[in-house]
Amino acid sequence: MTSDLKLTPQEIALLEGAEGPGVQRAMEIVVTLGRIYGAPDLVPVGHVQIAGVSYKNLGDAGVAFLHEWAEEGARVRVPTTLNPAGMEMDRWQEMGFDPAFAQPQIDAIMAFVKMGVKPTLSCTPYLFPDDAPARGEHLAWAESSAVVWANSVVGAYTNREGGPSALAAAIVGRTARYGYHLPENRLATHIVDIRCPVRTIADFGALSYMVGKRVGAGVPWFADLADWLPPLPNDFTQGGDAGDRLKTLGAGLAAYGAVALYHVAGYTPEARDQGEALIRPNAQRIVIDSLDEGYAIMDADPDVTEIDLVTIGCPHASLSELRYIAQRLQGQKLATRLWVTTGRITRARAEQAGWVQIIEEAGGEVVADTCAVVAPVRSLGVRTMATNAGKMANYAPMHSGVKMRFGDIDRCLDAAITGRWK
Amino acid sequence: MTNPDEKQSPIILQGRVVRAGKAEGEALVSPEPISFLGGVDPETGVILDPNHALHGVSIADKILVFPHGKGSTVGSYTILRLARNGVAPRAMINAESEAITAVGAIIADIPMVDLIDIRQIETGDWVRVEDGRVEVRKKKPA
Repeated sequence: MTSDLKLTPQEIALLEGAEGPGVQRAMEIVVTLGRIYGAPDLVPVGHVQIAGVSYKNLGDAGVAFLHEWAEEGARVRVPTTLNPAGMEMDRWQEMGFDPAFAQPQIDAIMAFVKMGVKPTLSCTPYLFPDDAPARGEHLAWAESSAVVWANSVVGAYTNREGGPSALAAAIVGRTARYGYHLPENRLATHIVDIRCPVRTIADFGALSYMVGKRVGAGVPWFADLADWLPPLPNDFTQGGDAGDRLKTLGAGLAAYGAVALYHVAGYTPEARDQGEALIRPNAQRIVIDSLDEGYAIMDADPDVTEIDLVTIGCPHASLSELRYIAQRLQGQKLATRLWVTTGRITRARAEQAGWVQIIEEAGGEVVADTCAVVAPVRSLGVRTMATNAGKMANYAPMHSGVKMRFGDIDRCLDAAITGRWK
Repeated sequence: MTNPDEKQSPIILQGRVVRAGKAEGEALVSPEPISFLGGVDPETGVILDPNHALHGVSIADKILVFPHGKGSTVGSYTILRLARNGVAPRAMINAESEAITAVGAIIADIPMVDLIDIRQIETGDWVRVEDGRVEVRKKKPA
């Protein structure tokens, strides 16, 4: 069976082992994916985000494999960042994690670091000044919520990479040109009309569920969502009122559907430039006239009123979310446990502003490197949770067997202050 | 274990190499896609998904034939874990592969071929895989 994938002499050399077995294996992965998906060639990538970091999923075999790959000389060629792990790396002992879980988790991260990966341990590389992507840039990103952000909010190009395929792309500095790297695959398959208010971050989470379920792996075109969004900021690394809403929208679309890209008419970069030429002629129309269906799924345990853990930050909290939480908790004393989960880079920036200290004085925890989806929260004694994050609301009960309340951030913070959901 | 009937002339199928290599053994055919993460026990090779047609069946040491993978991309690491625990399939054959299974085959060193008409293969057939070539010797009628 012949393949039409064109490789440069340099790429062929890597495939034949010119730079050792580690690079050869990485090139074999990238080339095989190119052949399976009919790519014409490989395209250089500017940045890689790696998933498949949690020891729970890697197992001992996965950790050993990563170390072998590093021993074989595999090193990343482009800036590469890492998804969250199952615990905070510097404080796992005081947070009550089992060493039998912590030690292999640390080993896994050491293998990535050996290959030159930056241990950012966050799902939001786009919030970091050194890693935020640029319009038109090709990427190999493996965190589905970040993939949606890069494609939709920034107008960069990436497929939904898997953990090992993203790592392979970083090692050879290239990915196969197929899927969302090609303009013809970036056209909208569905038109979404909104006929109800969409105001809070929780509202955008509920909307993400309803649209994700209906479009699957399609590309939604939001015809009128810009009416409910503040203007796009110039600096996305702050989050901001618009960014925080788009962050939760993309995460939910990716989790409840398999969305990698959406457009908002007159708002997101490609939609601003190309207008309705971005809509496929046969696009299906979807009308959302109430968010009740989304709330019913996410706020699935309405009898629960005692909350063990309130968690904000899925995807990882932005600077603007940390600032808001600090303002709300100034001078308060919390009655229940609060985790604001974020990236260590964002936490360091929030510490400089004094917001982390305010949250901690109130009794809250600003947790880096992990979140309540990937951390084994049940082993920390958590049975009931509350969140404003649409993806978390459905994932945490599924992964950790906890009961969940879902509502806007003020309701979540009130629950943290009083210990009760009202 | 079914023994190959060497006198029977095999069906020859030609596909696309995903991971080069040679293997032979008894076919285990899944009529539906397989989700490796959560769907297959990495310690034993047994299919865990209660809704799957092969629930409770082990894929260890089989020539595993299925349309394609599905589910989380972390499933590639599940395939690796199966191999390192000695309970992986000897080879994998797909109708049309995708990233999860293909990457899993590469990192786990499991011969794999796709673009095969998998309706020609039944569970219990003796199958030999060599790069893109698949030889099928039908099991004897019961």
